[in-house]
Amino acid sequence: MDLILEGISKAFHLLFTADAEVFGITLLSLYISGTATLISLVVGIATGTAVALTSFPGRRLVVSLINTGMALPPVVVGLFVTIFLWRNGPLGFLEILYTPAAMILAQAVIATPIVTGISLAAMQQLPPKMRLQIRALGATRFQMLFLLMREARLPLLAAVMAGFGGVISEVGASIMVGGNIKGYSRVLTTATVMETSRGNFDIAIALSIILLLIAYLINLILTSIQQRQRPR
Amino acid sequence: MTEKASILEARNLVVVRGGVAVLDVNELRLSPGEILSVIGPNGAGKTTLLQALAGLIRPQKGGILFHGASVAGEASLAYRRRIAMVFQEPLLFDTTVSANVASGLKIRGVPRDRIAGQVERQVTRFGIAHLSDRSARTLSGGEAQRTSLARAFAVGPEILFLDEPFASLDPPTREELIEDLDRVLRETETTALMATHDREEALRISDRIAVMNGGKIVQADSPQHLMNRPADEFVASFVGMETILRGSVVSGGGRGTALMAIEENGAAKGPETAASGNPAVIEIVGAFPAGEEAVCVIRPEQVTVSLPDGMEGKTSARNVFAGRIAKIARKGLYYKLGLDCGFPLAAYVTAGAVEQLGLAEGTNVVASFKATAVQVIRHGASRSASRGE
Repeated sequence: MDLILEGISKAFHLLFTADAEVFGITLLSLYISGTATLISLVVGIATGTAVALTSFPGRRLVVSLINTGMALPPVVVGLFVTIFLWRNGPLGFLEILYTPAAMILAQAVIATPIVTGISLAAMQQLPPKMRLQIRALGATRFQMLFLLMREARLPLLAAVMAGFGGVISEVGASIMVGGNIKGYSRVLTTATVMETSRGNFDIAIALSIILLLIAYLINLILTSIQQRQRPR
Repeated sequence: MTEKASILEARNLVVVRGGVAVLDVNELRLSPGEILSVIGPNGAGKTTLLQALAGLIRPQKGGILFHGASVAGEASLAYRRRIAMVFQEPLLFDTTVSANVASGLKIRGVPRDRIAGQVERQVTRFGIAHLSDRSARTLSGGEAQRTSLARAFAVGPEILFLDEPFASLDPPTREELIEDLDRVLRETETTALMATHDREEALRISDRIAVMNGGKIVQADSPQHLMNRPADEFVASFVGMETILRGSVVSGGGRGTALMAIEENGAAKGPETAASGNPAVIEIVGAFPAGEEAVCVIRPEQVTVSLPDGMEGKTSARNVFAGRIAKIARKGLYYKLGLDCGFPLAAYVTAGAVEQLGLAEGTNVVASFKATAVQVIRHGASRSASRGE
């Protein structure tokens, strides 16, 4: 119990004294996971919308693959991204392995199926004739897509939350493709793993609290937007 | 007088789904200000016709002309911005009533100050001004459909397409909304095309009614013509001609009437028959060559039912048959009798008449109808030879 209390005390000390290393790790975590989430939103919402609004041979297979991708294990993503970015790998020429760019790539791969799957479900739950109604109102294709997304905004916000939540908390892929290099590719989760393995539980608890606070604050903001939009 | 130019014209319109032509319309014209209803059973192709004419689905064949110009390709968007459509479901956006009414105008890029005035006019017109700031999700079915109609009228459509707009409303709400829509359509002189499976609804607001079956328009006529001169047995059945009998003329032309022998149990539609010994020959108005095969249709409200009292000969009705009530069923405020007169005959009687005459299944009655009440559909000409009084 003392260990936990001491850890919490240390955590607040690190937080309130704005420890430069912890601050840097936190900013890098936000940068990497935020960028990865943005990429996954662009790709995932577009793909989910396209699959939801079109019919083509093999569509059911594509939907099942997307749904499977929602449960993609981060270590598997880490493994394949590492292989792809390895010096002799297909993307080796990029020379980004063990850099934040590689971590963004891996996290985007993890978040994209999550965002795609939720976007697909969000667009599919709209009334089937809504598209016809929007076209009948004189909308261009772009206006129609915008209006459909606006109609599905509540579940789409859930996609943002799930995507960000999925990547800010993952550790396997980040360690594998980022290398947990101090001051360069060390993020909250990888630092927590390392400090725990070293027996520095106070720092590990401090990093965990920061991680939880970030996750909570981001979701609090998104939830308040979502619930404000909810019809009364 | 020259014929008014059509505002909308469809030619050889074919829509194929799953290898089957679900719509196959040779020609359909809509005059400016006209209200045309399309009626027909489920799956007749009404919705497909409306969606194709509104430019929402692309037909595999044929063309649509709006003011004489094709609406295909790049003209499609400009065309869709001059029409509006209301569906069976209100399909409102998840926002306020006023934002919904404004949505078509916003899409068209109309300036904000003009939108406000137009929205105000439409919500007032449809009696939903007090709901302007309410979320569309909190509206009742009737309020939501009023909002949908206000949204459609807000863009000032030259043609309004209505796809069963009242089908999911309760009867009192439907009544109110039909009256309001009729009023607004006449006030604004908006051309409208409405799909419905309710012929009463169509009769109330239409200048012309088109009957569809199997993707084709079987007949398009004024309500009066359609009711009195159905083109074929399907139309007759759909417009409420409950008794449809096949037969052939046995003698024609005498004193302005002809006699037609009904095929033995050869009714095209009606309750089961049982032999009752009556001569199944009915008198019809008009000159027909003996031997011509035709179909006779009789509206149930044209048939009079009385108890057998030996007075059968003392009536101006030329068709008097002894029969038996095979089936009796309540239909709202009146009863429908399925009579077996050697051929099936349907009649409507009031609840008072049922009580007063003690009518029940199995009761022997006398059924009579005038020769002028019989509409004759001639097979060869595929048209009706109605002889109104």
